[in-house]
Amino acid sequence: MDLVFLADTFVTLLGGVPLLLQLTAISVSVGAVLAVLLALMRLSGNPLLDYPARGYVFVFRGTPLLVQIFLIYYGLGQFPEIRQSVAWPFLRQPYWCAMLALTLNTTAYATEIIRGGILSVPFGQIEAARACGMSRLLIFRRIILPQGLRTALPAYGNEIILMTRATALASVITLMEVTGIASKLVSETFRAIEVFACAGAIYLIINFLISRAIALAERRLSPQLAAPPAAPEPAR
Amino acid sequence: MTTPAISLKGIRKRFGDLEVLKGISLDAAEGDVISILGASGSGKSTLLRCINLLEVADAGDVVIGGEAIAWKPKRDGGREAADRAQVERMRARLGMVFQNFNLWSHMTVLENVIEAPVHVQKRPKAEAIAEAEALLDKVGIADKRNHYPAHLSGGQQQRAAIARALAMHPRVMLFDEPTSALDPELVGEVLRVMRALAYEGRTMLVVTHEIGFAREVSDRVLFLHQGVIEADGRPDEIFTAPKSDRLRQFLARTMPA
Repeated sequence: MDLVFLADTFVTLLGGVPLLLQLTAISVSVGAVLAVLLALMRLSGNPLLDYPARGYVFVFRGTPLLVQIFLIYYGLGQFPEIRQSVAWPFLRQPYWCAMLALTLNTTAYATEIIRGGILSVPFGQIEAARACGMSRLLIFRRIILPQGLRTALPAYGNEIILMTRATALASVITLMEVTGIASKLVSETFRAIEVFACAGAIYLIINFLISRAIALAERRLSPQLAAPPAAPEPAR
Repeated sequence: MTTPAISLKGIRKRFGDLEVLKGISLDAAEGDVISILGASGSGKSTLLRCINLLEVADAGDVVIGGEAIAWKPKRDGGREAADRAQVERMRARLGMVFQNFNLWSHMTVLENVIEAPVHVQKRPKAEAIAEAEALLDKVGIADKRNHYPAHLSGGQQQRAAIARALAMHPRVMLFDEPTSALDPELVGEVLRVMRALAYEGRTMLVVTHEIGFAREVSDRVLFLHQGVIEADGRPDEIFTAPKSDRLRQFLARTMPA
């Protein structure tokens, strides 16, 4: 085994990590906010809000992310209206095209995850909030959202990990994140196994850290599942 | 005559083909403790839920402290409350205690109790906490203030729920089968708290299966049967000399021999 080559490759590939993290962090954060809105549209009971949200989820969950990336990167530029719009300085850059595709894609999945979380809040607790005279917004903010997000967290952690790996697809539109750099190295050195094994190791390390962070957040957000304070008492 | 704390006029409620309430009228004066008895399916819980609009009565008036709920028609032919702000204001005057406690499981007992005073009534947090501690002391679970509901027994949870309802300074307390979900040995601690509230002169409407409690504490007992008030009177009239056959049958089934 050529340890020197492996170490060099590893260091070179680390250069793609900031881009990988940027793509993941921004798309997941923006996607989370959009997903809460779409989940509320789904749950509004109003067909004019529900059906557009359903349609969105159907389209973006039902088509490959790679196709979405191609459509945005190669497709949008065909329309003169878009080339002349204020968005064009962004949309002609592969970075923003990848960001947009990843965001739209994760929004669709996160919508369903958050909808599930919201639906898991026991109805009796919502009735109790109503009976106290709480407004719908207050009930959502104080009762539904904290519990819904907590319930959604394990599934959401899954989605975040999927997203770190999905950023690899950005390499097909020339972005030099970890996989992009790896492909370039392979074409220069023809040492596919070493290079891609290093790339895989980097994804593993990142996702190990992410899953630890999510596990920590799960514990922090569920003090009610920890042991009761002070004296030990028999659980119910 | 003073304004009744709660006045219901001709309340009707239908779920699909089933007419659960067939025109119920009821005035509850300040300080009244009214127990509502009836077999399951008689409409007693629905009646209680129509008072704070967790259910919308199909017809009839709900008047709380002299203020009538305003209605508007819905597209499907039913109706709903016209003014959501009015509903929220009315609900804040009614303390509701549920069969299944319905404490907010992500908040400690203390946080449960101060939630509505701080966020609905906008009272200062320090004041709400001080009052909540006094209330928790009153219901006997002051030592559990920092516990989450999951760490409490059913009886403790229900007492916390009573403290949560009292924290709003309600004019009327509504109890919806508050002891029905409890293990038998935990019923007593909840009834003790409710008895103390009744003797304080609070206005209470209690849907219950606890005949002994109803008999001892109530000023007035209603017996609901198939959506109508079948009997209405003082506890001694209801329990010692029941006039209605259906009430006699109900009591024979439920009273301890």
